[in-house]
Amino acid sequence: MTKQIDARGLSCPQPVILVTRAVEEGNTDLEILVDNEVAKENVLRLTTRCGLKAETRRAGPDIVIRTAKV
Amino acid sequence: MDNRFASRKGIIVVGAVIGVLAALLQYLGNPANMGICVACMERDIAGAIGLHRVDVVQYIRPEIIGFVLGSFIAALLAGEHKPRGGSAPMIRFFLGVFAMIGALVFLGCPWRAILRLAGGDGNAIAGILGLAAGIFVGVQFLKRGYNLGRAYPQKSYSGWLFPAVMLSLFLLLVFQVSFSPGGPIFFSEKGPGSQHAPIWISLAAGLLVGILAQRSRFCTMGAIRDVILIRDFHLISGVAALLAFAFAGNLILGQFKPGFEGQPIAHTDYVWNFLGMALSGLAFVLAGGCPGRQLFLSGEGDMDAGIFALGMIVGAGISHNFAMASSAKGTGAFGPAAVVIGFLFCLIVGFTQRDKIKF
Repeated sequence: MTKQIDARGLSCPQPVILVTRAVEEGNTDLEILVDNEVAKENVLRLTTRCGLKAETRRAGPDIVIRTAKV
Repeated sequence: MDNRFASRKGIIVVGAVIGVLAALLQYLGNPANMGICVACMERDIAGAIGLHRVDVVQYIRPEIIGFVLGSFIAALLAGEHKPRGGSAPMIRFFLGVFAMIGALVFLGCPWRAILRLAGGDGNAIAGILGLAAGIFVGVQFLKRGYNLGRAYPQKSYSGWLFPAVMLSLFLLLVFQVSFSPGGPIFFSEKGPGSQHAPIWISLAAGLLVGILAQRSRFCTMGAIRDVILIRDFHLISGVAALLAFAFAGNLILGQFKPGFEGQPIAHTDYVWNFLGMALSGLAFVLAGGCPGRQLFLSGEGDMDAGIFALGMIVGAGISHNFAMASSAKGTGAFGPAAVVIGFLFCLIVGFTQRDKIKF
């Protein structure tokens, strides 16, 4: 099941903390919503280190990051 | 579009450029080991506009103006300028106030702590250890769910306010405006406030740092925080490059003078060097960025970061007016007490601001 994380408007490093927590709970399929490039870059750096593949797409003013097991 | 500056190589190049620029700014007139110091430079601005009357530290530092405007321009060009705000502004203001009070007990922000070390000032070691300790405490709060809540998009052009304030300051500097005989605007005739690189060079350096830091997300506090929190060495590789290149620059320019006694704009009280910077480090973690990063964010339209920066400028006024700032002779009469109060404030914020985020 895909776990949704809404990290919009959260200042650094909250988005990364939320994703870390979700990964530590054993989730690999995540749909992360962020609203700025910095959060996107930080989350992508984390998911790469966790060995997850990720793809991003824009959704209006926001960015959606979907992750999955490699 | 891929952001090349967000890569490991990118952040190292940015750190190196900042290190070289800092050494050069010192060579061209800035005070020793103060090529770039966000806290000291904001303190000088506070003095110039009369928020304190210590006549040796009053100057409108163009580097600070350049930081904000450079980030503003870079963010606009990259389509990243987004007005946003509303995440506990008053708490952020006081985090800024106490971050400045702590920094002026040490006599420098994290940027200057690194530059002091690069210039051979051994007292910086206590400050950097304190910084790491404060960040460590802050990370414990982060791990337990600390956050100041979400920021929300604000109306167009509200994000232009802080850059506009900076532009106004620059005009006051260029035209040397005097509002009454004897000032304001105040400009130091002696002491560190009177030492500065030529205006346009300072501004150009500030703009370049602002642009590079906005693209690379350079942050001195985040560097240490990410190592402690998630074992991520990305940002700290940039800070290490800053240290290395500032050190090399100082060696080449004959500015490296190792020792503890008689270091420029520094004191040897290692306990309060440690604790002052620890308070700053904690406040920076709770606010989500080092003082430089807060300026870059405010250039991008982050009004909460702008409030933090304003808190630092007001904090500089408070610090000097209420005898909390240190000098080369040692701590100010009320510096230690202010640091204790600052810790109390930060701990209360850390323990209480942790409402659950829905996700």
